[in-house]
Amino acid sequence: MSGMGLMWANLFRRKTRTFLTLFSLLVAFLLFVLLRAVAAPFAGEGLSVDGANRLVVTSKYSIIDLLPLSQLAEIQGVPGVEAVTHQTWFGGNYQDPANFFPKYPVEPRAYFDMYPEFAIDPAQLDAFENTRTGVVVEEGMLARFGWSIGDRIPIEGDIWSLKDGSRLWQFDLVGTYRHRDPGQMAPVALLMHYDYFDEARSFEEGAVGWYTVRVSDSEQAPAISGAIDARFENSTSPTKTSTEAEFARSFAAQIGNIALMATGILSAVFFTILLLTANTMSQSLRERIPELAVLKTVGFSDARTSLLVVGESVLLCVIGALLGVGLGALMLPAASVATQQFMGPVTMSLDILMQSLAFAVALGLVVGALPALTAQRLRIVDALRRG
Amino acid sequence: MAIVDLSEVRKSYVKGREEVEVLTGIDLQVEEADFLALMGPSGSGKTTLLNIIGGIDSATSGSVQVSGQDLNGMSRRQLAKWRSENIGFVFQFYNLLPVLSARRNVELPLLLTKLSGKQRRSNADTALEIVGLEDRAGHKPGELSGGQQQRVAIARAIVADAPILVCDEPTGDLDRDTADEILELLEILNRDHGKTIVMVTHDPKAASHARHVVHLDKGQLSTGSNGEAA
Repeated sequence: MSGMGLMWANLFRRKTRTFLTLFSLLVAFLLFVLLRAVAAPFAGEGLSVDGANRLVVTSKYSIIDLLPLSQLAEIQGVPGVEAVTHQTWFGGNYQDPANFFPKYPVEPRAYFDMYPEFAIDPAQLDAFENTRTGVVVEEGMLARFGWSIGDRIPIEGDIWSLKDGSRLWQFDLVGTYRHRDPGQMAPVALLMHYDYFDEARSFEEGAVGWYTVRVSDSEQAPAISGAIDARFENSTSPTKTSTEAEFARSFAAQIGNIALMATGILSAVFFTILLLTANTMSQSLRERIPELAVLKTVGFSDARTSLLVVGESVLLCVIGALLGVGLGALMLPAASVATQQFMGPVTMSLDILMQSLAFAVALGLVVGALPALTAQRLRIVDALRRG
Repeated sequence: MAIVDLSEVRKSYVKGREEVEVLTGIDLQVEEADFLALMGPSGSGKTTLLNIIGGIDSATSGSVQVSGQDLNGMSRRQLAKWRSENIGFVFQFYNLLPVLSARRNVELPLLLTKLSGKQRRSNADTALEIVGLEDRAGHKPGELSGGQQQRVAIARAIVADAPILVCDEPTGDLDRDTADEILELLEILNRDHGKTIVMVTHDPKAASHARHVVHLDKGQLSTGSNGEAA
């Protein structure tokens, strides 16, 4: 037996109480893992570094305001700008709103030039460019929706209607794309031909959602951003240029401050868990005051005795955290299937694991602090009388 | 040379607004390898005196020399270390940890040493063998009789080879036959293993197993039938 063995034995002296506390900790840390994993993409964590030399130009006041296509040439003329293309939010539903995935009208060739990390078969890219109703999708979507190349895909527009007033858009699937790195996943989306979209829509012709700009030197990105925005400062469509990561964060923020919401929920959960676990530890300590006195009698110092108590508290929290994190890791792939369509896959990162363990240790230290202090101050003769 | 040497030891505590003097100037010497029974009525200060000798309570004044150390001058930390090396405690109600097996209870004091896990287990088994409980090593206290639990407590007291055993009413919770077995065991430890034993008891039959008996009454010592007080 070691000190750890002693802590372990004490921890399970009241099995039901310990298992209930462990279950509470498990649920708390499971929530922590799931919310952290979901909130991470909204906070811009884990974004690909592929876009270090890419900027995004949106309307200055809101990213839902459109920009005139005429700005493209002017942006192209800003020194340091290597390439420019544009995208627009289409919205719309395929069969059922539950089948949601993003859809963007793009310039086919310019888009794939801008994102060299996405691979598309050259023949399919040609088909995309030359088919006005052609669309390409992330390759995983074929299996998900049972599509094949050549299928006709109907999309019901919720923002954009056709010139004849109808909302049913018909597209032809001509290809798929994927990330070149097998370890990464390309955004799950449907890309359509901007020219077709622009001609067919019933309003806002000649407008785009945002521009994506590739700069020749990423070190110069802040200066180029300033130059682009300065160029449109006094126009009817002033712009705001930011990095891809900042843009992703702004885009996600439309849904709400997910990270703040997650922090709020977790704070409430962990405060409750703190009180619950502290109560468990206090009860456990009260029950064995005489036993702690015996430990001191046989020679355990005040410090060693209090260390045993706080160690037990940390052990309890770490076991609960590991169970919660383990269950979270098992559940995340299933959650990822549901979330990847609109925010990419949510994954269990080493960061989340380390944060969980650090949090568990901190929780254990806080919960065990008072009982440990009591144990340290315990006078042997007084404690033995309580036996 | 006396292994326990108390001189003018006083102990008082405050109860409400009143100061109660429990020990009023105790002088006591216990020689090495002696077996001393400390008798007296309830409230006479026996356990307080035993606790002071064992280093778990302190005297208000006077000199307390045990195993060559002046206990009054030691910090709590120093006292803890000193106890682990010099004193084995045996209590009336055994005070075993219910979540640990007999072997692990006995092993407890050895956690403070640098012995390996294997060596600790081996020493614990040897101690259990001495008290005749080697076949109960894996049992928890709740699975043992009172006499067996007290044997485990004695094994825990001797496992670190402390020279002094302080026993507070070690047979107070046992029937006559079991009490005799425990007292015989203490006699063996005293006679064959050279342990110095200071035992508090109010039972004359238990005290008869000791080499010397001293009586404590109202905080003062008097010589007993087979003992002496300084």
